[in-house]
Amino acid sequence: MARVMTHTPDTGRTFPDLRRLEAAMTSSALVDWFVREVLPLEAALMRYLRQNWRNPDEVADLRQDIYVQVYDAARKQVPTHTKAFVFQTARNLLIDRVRHDRVVPIETVPDLETLDVPGDVPSPERAAIARDDLRRLRAALDKLPPRCREAVVLGRIEGLPGRAIAVRMGVSDQAVSKHLANGIRALVNEIYGRENDREGQS
Amino acid sequence: MSTSGEAVLKSQMEIESEAAEWLQRRHFWDWSASDQSELDAWLAQSTAHEIAFVRLMAGYGRTDRLVALRAPRMDRSALTRLLRIAAGLAVVAALGTWAMQTPSTPTETRYVTPVGGRQTIMLADGSRIDLNTDSEIRLGGDRNHRLAFLDKGEAYFQIRHDASRPFVVRAGAHRVVDLGTKFLVRTGGDRMDVTLVEGRARVDANGGARSVDLLPGDEVIATARQLTTVHKTSQDLGNQLGWRRGVIVFRHTTLADAAAEFNRYNPNRIVIGSAEVAALKIDGTFPSDDPDSFAEIAQVILHLRVERRAGSIVLTK
Repeated sequence: MARVMTHTPDTGRTFPDLRRLEAAMTSSALVDWFVREVLPLEAALMRYLRQNWRNPDEVADLRQDIYVQVYDAARKQVPTHTKAFVFQTARNLLIDRVRHDRVVPIETVPDLETLDVPGDVPSPERAAIARDDLRRLRAALDKLPPRCREAVVLGRIEGLPGRAIAVRMGVSDQAVSKHLANGIRALVNEIYGRENDREGQS
Repeated sequence: MSTSGEAVLKSQMEIESEAAEWLQRRHFWDWSASDQSELDAWLAQSTAHEIAFVRLMAGYGRTDRLVALRAPRMDRSALTRLLRIAAGLAVVAALGTWAMQTPSTPTETRYVTPVGGRQTIMLADGSRIDLNTDSEIRLGGDRNHRLAFLDKGEAYFQIRHDASRPFVVRAGAHRVVDLGTKFLVRTGGDRMDVTLVEGRARVDANGGARSVDLLPGDEVIATARQLTTVHKTSQDLGNQLGWRRGVIVFRHTTLADAAAEFNRYNPNRIVIGSAEVAALKIDGTFPSDDPDSFAEIAQVILHLRVERRAGSIVLTK
């Protein structure tokens, strides 16, 4: 931690108002946009994919492909209407797959207009969602296998570092890593609403 | 428009599992510049990797609400209370009556700030507490004491003095007793730092094993083994309290310390690329929520290279 040491003359230099570098924006602005605008659509997107794709085992991979396409496209230009763009991408991807695999008639993919997708969430609801987080997280925590839950509680809630968790639980560092990684995945999947996706646990 | 070669071969499950492994490694274990380069290499392999990592990182950030579930610490007072209850029950059993009651648990109020957060708590007695980033405090007390447990982070106290009901701050095994005061307390590990800005206060370290009275300008650092006092100028004190105005002030601070300070306030971490860079010094006043600006200044003044990656800003020569 920074200890501001004594006996240093005040140079009086303060933060100059430099213009933000172009490069600085691209990466972090893209990530910000993705976290703020795309990830909150995940529950709706997963619902859409499950409804419109007959093999539920492929849904997580479809989501990944959609995210990659959306993200790569946004590198060039961030879309103005994120939700429409994400679902258009999803729809195109499904249609491509159908043509490629010849497994499902195209008609089973509904029009974008008929999709039941939540509108832009207004801010009071966002607050309600935040309150809801705790309840859902708690439920997700309870669903974890006992050792995994113990590691997450010690790490995330009690704030212990990995080695201290290993000592406390009497298991190897590797075991703690595994528990933490699995626990984090399960909690994050809960947050982004991948409800009852059987691939969610490992 | 297609996924890059490698990503196609790996399933979402595999990628997510690798990303989770990276995330837990970075959060819970020692993390060096070479670890960061390894992670960067993995992130650079495919967009799918980057997305999986960003998604987990953002989601993990939101699990901070779980901290609200934290059980009260089993510190000495809780233990004594339990023993007292146990003793009480024994007496009750002996008397064969349930007329005795267990001591009523005093109501506690908990305040938690997230990374980058800040909160002012106004108390009924006119005292005021400013809670800094990533901090947690429980307030309670009884007829004889006002009690604050600083479980995590940093807080600035401006306490209205009441001789009949002194204000006590506890952080781990250490405590501060105010004698009419403005003071700053920070805790982490087995350590407590107390800086007295105005008035008088006493620090009892390690459950009262050692005590020291503070004068304005004194900073006491209490650990499990030591109690050290240094004296600060009023300007140092002002700088140290910069966070109340949303700024961090560096005076001849090494980049290693400066990065650690920024990382207290921001999920987007500043990573120092080498020992050489870590030892460079910087002066200035920076908005605590803007590591990007800091990186830009470091770039210009110290001629460093700045690389932005998912969740981090890497400074190299």
